[in-house]
Amino acid sequence: MLEEEAGPVQHQMQFFTGYPQNYGAPSGHYAQVPSKAIPSQVDNQYGGGYYSTGYSVPAQSVLTPSVGSNLLNTQGSQQSYSKVPPHPVESAEGLGQGAISSTSYLRTNTPQSYSAFGSHYSTSVSSSVASQGFPLNSGHYAMPMVSSAAYPSLSYPSMATASPYGQVFTSQSLPAIGQFKETNAFSGQSTVVSHSLQQVPMGYSSTSWSTSDVQSAQDSLSRNHTGSLAKASNQTSTVGGVDSSHLVSQNVRFIKSGVGSSVSSAVTSSERTPVDHSAQPGPVPSVTKPSESLLQEGMQYGGYVNNQASSTPAPLSSSSGDEEEDEEDEEAAIDSSSTTSSASPVPNNYDALEGGGFPETRSITSSPAPAPSVPPTSKTSKPFGYGYPALQPGYQNSAPPTSAMQPTNPGHHSGFQQYSQQYPGMNQLSSSLGGLNLQHSQQPESLRPVNLIQDRNILPITPVPAPVPNLNSDLRKLNCSPDSFRCTLTNIPQTQTLLNKAKLPLGLLLHPFRDLTQLPVITSSTIVRCRSCRTYINPFVSFIDQRRWKCNLCYRVNDVPEEFMYNPLTRSYGEPHKRPEVQNSTVEFIASSDYMLRPPQPAVYLFVLDVSHNAVEAGYLTVLCQSLLENLDKLPGDSRTRIGFITFDSTVQFYNLQEGLSQPQMLIVSDIDDVFLPTPDSLLVNLHESKELIKDLLNALPNMFTNTRETHSALGPALQAAFKLMSPTGGRISVFQTQLPSLGAGLLHSREDPNQRSSMKGVQHLGPATDFYKKLALDCSGQQTAVDLFLLSSQYADLASLACMSKYSAGCIYYYPSFHHTHNSAQAEKLQKDLKRYLTRKIGFEAVMRIRCTKGLSIHTFHGNFFVRSTDLLSLANVNPDAGFAVQMSIEESLTDTSLVCFQTALLYTSSKGERRIRVHTLCLPVVSSLADVYAGADVQAVICLLANMAVDRSVSSSLSDARDALVNAVVDSLSAYMSTVSNLQQSTLIAPNSLKLFPLYVLALLKQKAFRTGTSTRLDDRVYAMCQMKSQPLIHLMKMIHPNLYRIDRLTDEGAIHVNDKVVPQPPLQKLSAEKLTREGVFLMDCGSIFYIWIGKSCDNNFIKDVLGYPNYAAVPQKLTQLPELDTLSSERTRSFISWLRDSRPLNPVLQVIKDESPAKTDFFQHLIEDRTEAAFSYYEYLLQIQQQTCK
Amino acid sequence: MESVVFIFSLIDCCALIFLSVYFIITLSDLECDYINARSCCSKLNKWVIPELIGHTVVTVLMLISLHWFIFLLNFPVATWNIYRYIMVPSGNMGVFDPTEIHNRGQLKSHMKEAMIKLGFHLLCFFMYLYSMILALIND
Repeated sequence: MLEEEAGPVQHQMQFFTGYPQNYGAPSGHYAQVPSKAIPSQVDNQYGGGYYSTGYSVPAQSVLTPSVGSNLLNTQGSQQSYSKVPPHPVESAEGLGQGAISSTSYLRTNTPQSYSAFGSHYSTSVSSSVASQGFPLNSGHYAMPMVSSAAYPSLSYPSMATASPYGQVFTSQSLPAIGQFKETNAFSGQSTVVSHSLQQVPMGYSSTSWSTSDVQSAQDSLSRNHTGSLAKASNQTSTVGGVDSSHLVSQNVRFIKSGVGSSVSSAVTSSERTPVDHSAQPGPVPSVTKPSESLLQEGMQYGGYVNNQASSTPAPLSSSSGDEEEDEEDEEAAIDSSSTTSSASPVPNNYDALEGGGFPETRSITSSPAPAPSVPPTSKTSKPFGYGYPALQPGYQNSAPPTSAMQPTNPGHHSGFQQYSQQYPGMNQLSSSLGGLNLQHSQQPESLRPVNLIQDRNILPITPVPAPVPNLNSDLRKLNCSPDSFRCTLTNIPQTQTLLNKAKLPLGLLLHPFRDLTQLPVITSSTIVRCRSCRTYINPFVSFIDQRRWKCNLCYRVNDVPEEFMYNPLTRSYGEPHKRPEVQNSTVEFIASSDYMLRPPQPAVYLFVLDVSHNAVEAGYLTVLCQSLLENLDKLPGDSRTRIGFITFDSTVQFYNLQEGLSQPQMLIVSDIDDVFLPTPDSLLVNLHESKELIKDLLNALPNMFTNTRETHSALGPALQAAFKLMSPTGGRISVFQTQLPSLGAGLLHSREDPNQRSSMKGVQHLGPATDFYKKLALDCSGQQTAVDLFLLSSQYADLASLACMSKYSAGCIYYYPSFHHTHNSAQAEKLQKDLKRYLTRKIGFEAVMRIRCTKGLSIHTFHGNFFVRSTDLLSLANVNPDAGFAVQMSIEESLTDTSLVCFQTALLYTSSKGERRIRVHTLCLPVVSSLADVYAGADVQAVICLLANMAVDRSVSSSLSDARDALVNAVVDSLSAYMSTVSNLQQSTLIAPNSLKLFPLYVLALLKQKAFRTGTSTRLDDRVYAMCQMKSQPLIHLMKMIHPNLYRIDRLTDEGAIHVNDKVVPQPPLQKLSAEKLTREGVFLMDCGSIFYIWIGKSCDNNFIKDVLGYPNYAAVPQKLTQLPELDTLSSERTRSFISWLRDSRPLNPVLQVIKDESPAKTDFFQHLIEDRTEAAFSYYEYLLQIQQQTCK
Repeated sequence: MESVVFIFSLIDCCALIFLSVYFIITLSDLECDYINARSCCSKLNKWVIPELIGHTVVTVLMLISLHWFIFLLNFPVATWNIYRYIMVPSGNMGVFDPTEIHNRGQLKSHMKEAMIKLGFHLLCFFMYLYSMILALIND
């Protein structure tokens, strides 16, 4: 029917569009069609995706068969298709024949399109592209995928579809080219889908034609494709948007022109990651067709639909499962169409959605182009509504997809079945096929067996990224950033039995109060929450219809409040799924008075300072007072901010700073057994009213005690006084302590036996000696007061006991061993930098955090600094941006009836400005039923951090050697479980899945940490401090501490450099932490998180020393160097920009330490080379052999 | 004389039963979030010693009055009570520590323990009752 030339393009286009529609239509028939054609495809994809091996090859082979099946199916399924067509047909008619006339196509097309595909495939098999295309085409899933891609980027409905398909399209188009004739014949049928679609296809086709597209298509990574597709689609949509509405026939040409431009863009995009897609989303509205398909699919598959719906509105819209994706696409398409053609929202959509109204969708698609179609489109535009209904089903439905899947499965690998079942269509299929982007490439990769003993270079040259959950791209885009929220298993096992088999811990790592550059803040009179579980509405809920939403944690159906129907962003009504709450997984609400027990407290800061002889000798007061003076105006707070000071030695001194006094007045309380407040009203004063007095005091303080002979420290009484002072308001107490408390309540005795420091046997006294500090902390916590501890002692100060004051009051702990303001300038500089950050960083007062998770999961252990007030409520008197938390979870009920689980943390706090705010993060993860998938989704860094937390607990409650054994057993158990169940390779060697290849290395690094090492002399306080850090640091900082990054910096080049703020930042490759990498000619930088070491080899190039360090030769470099001079040379510039780039990526300003090869400080550097053998610990290789021995037992 | 021993044991056992019930109620309150961990633990810690003493006294009494079977029945439980009390780490606020009760399933194990003790005390109650009646009849 079609012209050959124009035909191919159109055909392709049609196909794409056709897919969604077809699917949509099939939804009724669903089981039949999908089962036949789709399943096979799905399987193929899976097979390809999961098993990295010969992805393309299997795909082709499978595909061909699938094609055949598809063809067959098409006839069988035609019924379903035919149903669909009705509306489309009309629209199509309007369009006209040829490319333009899609109507005729519509009906016939669906079936034909399949057949066409089949033909393409069969013919095209030779081209790699085709193979890729296949999976997409074949599966309904493919459609979803398309939609997902489309969503993000497109304005255009067609675009959207195209983008998801994008890959597919490209592939198709390629084959199509060769096979034009065939396609054409089919195309006649295929064209049916929708006008809008046609436009898109044209765009695509054009793109496909362009070599760039082809290339992208060929890329193994689906991401690129989708990305490119999306962009292309967008472009096309923009171009076509206009065109489509006007002329279908013309479109071809237009498209081509547009395509040319779009192609280039597409190409660029292809390189980018999915993110780009999200950026592109703008065009979304065009998506009309996809939305229909999405809806249908969503209904069928359920689950994701919700997400999609929510996502759809936003550019970021998450593509849910395949089906969902389709739906989304449709929705998006609808939207776009509505925008382009007519804004009329489609009421019908809802009905259609619920009813299964594919016809509508199609009509919608068609509507964009031809006038007749428009009305339907308008309906579709509402699609959101559809999306919602679809969502619901999604949840319910995993089953239908499975059934569909199953038929295919038999033919294919049985292994796949699991997948399909698990994902019931939505997630996996869509994600795998349509969503291919990451998943495809990733999953197989993450399961690739790695022979640890043979593979010497397992450390990647770039920092290890967080694994991306195996979700479809729409959901993935909506998901919470891994920086804030990470799960140890990004594929959640279905049952506790499965989890036990995997031998990996299940838990979350949270960094909820992280400094964010972009955070949607929502001011709303009503904060929409689930009525039964109090979950905040989030992108992963499903809208059943416009008036009701279903909670994704407890599955209760809630009403959407009237206010929520209005979207303040778009100023539109009736689109609850477009609200920012449903578009962002990280949001902040301004809370109403319902969330307050009392008026928001002011910012109150109290400093409790040790002024005994020891403290004066160390000289920290100078540094502190200087920092305070500098940052007094930057302290977070408002006009109510209050501040106070207490000093103590053997007595407690208070400072009356009441406004009106001519100078600060010191009040001494010597009765330390029963401390009282001499003048309760004037000790905490308003910062702004008494600023002059405060400055006077800070200037005077460092010199006030210079001649003190008092060596005792009455820390306990001083803390009691501080508590009394703070209890009416709450706030923050900063305690500076330099020695063991020796007087009054809470006095401690030295428990450390220096001879036992390097003992191989157990380490004693890791727990507190008294419960005084714990009780005090709980009292403080109850009065919303946090205690931060700065310990600057040169001798044992029993940090294990003192740390309790911060641990349970949600404070933070800083430790500066052997601090001296002149003799140890590195520590002094560190204190100064830490103080700057500490004083000026964001702070939240009277905070509570609640962690909720999908029904069936439960949290059983919490790690971090806080007090667990009730089962899931963490009481945080203060919260700061550098605090990290971890929780362990168990699976109490089987998760078989759901394909997704969600976790939500809600942090309610009072900002320093006196606003009550709630920060909500929501994470969504897929559920899997096979052990292989669990391993594929393991997040090794999160696992390590959680294990570190567990090991700290174990050391304190049991013993250090127990904890060490447990760490080793964690590796042995998980690897042997993997080898015995998943990998069928020979057992004689040590095999790990790619996702866990770094697991043994990281555990070895943990064993060599100060916290857990034995045999090496480690002071008890150092050890305890390392443990405290493990419990309270967020993952990114903790990983640097556990496994530092080593770079060679004497040969920095601009190769692979990135540009940040107009500066070129070189990106040297990571080196493994082994002395074998150190050469005498080189200069190395080690990034340990809180400290940078620069190690200079003896025979280092003099040019480097001259150009970067500013000294004539190696011998002239001083032993203590903590700064790099600013020299005007290229290598100096590169080095400094690289270091400052590393510094900018973390809140704590790390101290730089230059170490010469023969300096005594080099042991500090060498202790971090964890792959090397030390006198007391194995090298990495020996350790692997040990593990291997144990796994083979 | 024997009847006096059993009458005392019966009264003591009643007290222990009430205590067990109180433990269960308080722990389940904590489970349901009606009270916070701090107040729950301070409430319960108050009664750990009385429970320990109450039970040890009965056990010793049985040993003195040469009721070997009942003594052997009580002995493990009394030992467990004392062991649990002695093994509290120095930094903890008692057998029930508010900072740890929500971790590692401690709440559940405390609950289980209280249930088992309740059952045990009920068993003992009837045993004492029977023995008391027997002793009264013999007198």
